[in-house]
Amino acid sequence: MKTLVLVEHDGHAIKDATLPTVTAAAKLGDVTLLVVGENVSGVAEAAAKIAGATKVLVADDAALAHMLAENVAPLVASAMADYDAFLVPGTTNGKNIAPRVAALLDVAMISDILSVEGADTFTRPIYAGNAIATVQTKDAKLVLSVRGTAFEKAAAEGGSATTEPVSGAADAGVSRYAGSEIATSARPELTSAKIIVSGGRALQSGENFTQLIEPLADKLGAGVGASRAAVDAGYVPNDYQVGQTGKIVAPEVYIAIGISGAIQHLAGMKDSKVIIAINKDEDAPIFQVADVGLVGDLFTILPELTSKL
Amino acid sequence: MKVLVPVKRVLDYNVKPRVKADGTGVDLANVKMSMNPFDEIAVEEAIRLKEKGVVTEIVVVSIGEPKAQDTLRTALAMGADRAILVTSDTKVEPLGVAKLLKAIADEEQPSLVILGKQAIDDDNNQTGQMLAALTGWGQGTFASKVEVADGAVTVTREVDGGAETETLTLPAIVTTDLRLNEPRYASLPNIMKAKAKPLATKTAADYGVDVAPRLTTLKVEEPSKRSAGVKVASVDELVDKLKVLGVLG
Repeated sequence: MKTLVLVEHDGHAIKDATLPTVTAAAKLGDVTLLVVGENVSGVAEAAAKIAGATKVLVADDAALAHMLAENVAPLVASAMADYDAFLVPGTTNGKNIAPRVAALLDVAMISDILSVEGADTFTRPIYAGNAIATVQTKDAKLVLSVRGTAFEKAAAEGGSATTEPVSGAADAGVSRYAGSEIATSARPELTSAKIIVSGGRALQSGENFTQLIEPLADKLGAGVGASRAAVDAGYVPNDYQVGQTGKIVAPEVYIAIGISGAIQHLAGMKDSKVIIAINKDEDAPIFQVADVGLVGDLFTILPELTSKL
Repeated sequence: MKVLVPVKRVLDYNVKPRVKADGTGVDLANVKMSMNPFDEIAVEEAIRLKEKGVVTEIVVVSIGEPKAQDTLRTALAMGADRAILVTSDTKVEPLGVAKLLKAIADEEQPSLVILGKQAIDDDNNQTGQMLAALTGWGQGTFASKVEVADGAVTVTREVDGGAETETLTLPAIVTTDLRLNEPRYASLPNIMKAKAKPLATKTAADYGVDVAPRLTTLKVEEPSKRSAGVKVASVDELVDKLKVLGVLG
């Protein structure tokens, strides 16, 4: 089977989410990477080094800047004449583009695959991860998004793929990029962090996040996450949200602080290797999934914990 | 202008789903069903646009079993003007739903279609994008802010790392994220009034759309359970545990 994998990048560097997607694609067959954007020769060079890929298609065009789905999807759909499967990382960008490609190809899409069971059979989570479905497609071509935490990352170095330009990009003329606000953080990115310290509503304010959660995260070299309650209350930006509708993470260690453990939050973190919970309510559902739990007041526990590390 | 809002009847978000013992799916017998939370946000946004005088009519659509009528009545009680129920004996996948919605859009000629970003049962996050592909319209997915002006809609989107803004020519597709708005509750008088609002019932065949499923669900299983953990009594014990786990140094 010939597979085409969308490379997730920020215009300069390849994002980690690409690497598990390559691993998933390699289980299906030969891997070709697709780099779309404007002035992306640097990204294409880096993509050629990803182990496991044999070819890199580069679509470099002003109409593809910011990867607007309206302009990217027709290009991918026409490239798919030569491929059997299109795989995207389960990022907001992948989720934005892939269904549009699937509909143009008139095939069903399978979202967030957890495993490849066969050439047409995959597992995926449903109901916020409370059930795992095994699905088989009847369609001739596959369109898949890949749950990054479910596959090993392909090596970013060591490959030597050939690059080939793709032409035919056009502006569909129905959408225009008007700007972005990307939060900058020196901490590890949530979806690839080995350790995550996550805070909930019990933190009570953004200041407490800064004064209690962040020093602990910095001591551990951890990423900082949050529950929906903490995000809705404005303690931290939306981008911190871990859960069914936020980010799905599976770090080595997830430390949940003042988070009760609602179904929707657990959906985003219950595949973490070790879960540690600090909560004053000993009946909080988070303790049912935590490997190590400490019942107590986070306002006394956190300063003590941070100072003892 | 007219807005089309597709809504889905799903297992209530507070209910813990139970996988059927025979592995055929999740048990939906005698459990609370509700409108998909993201669709409530979509209905709310349409109503707010109507209250601003931008929108003149809100048409809500649901596709599925006859009981989806309840979900449409809820949307009518919130403030939608009229409803279309498309019944189907089989489960309709996102591609089939998108094709039906395309047929309805051809008939109704809405300027804007607002959908939820994903349904909390199948967690697919596909239908809005697929409808956008079939209509050729622009798509503003994961919207946290929507502004309509001068024949265009400007959508602030929640993306990994922050927010992005796009301007789409109307007609266009918008899918809602959680932070777009806080949906209102339907008041009792409005629930009563909603019963008199028009609700047309159709079938997939009426639209000449083939909604035969492309996917076969071979089995549905419980995810692997985590083994029970331990509770520690003090910060010192927690630090010891962290050391054993290799989190420190």
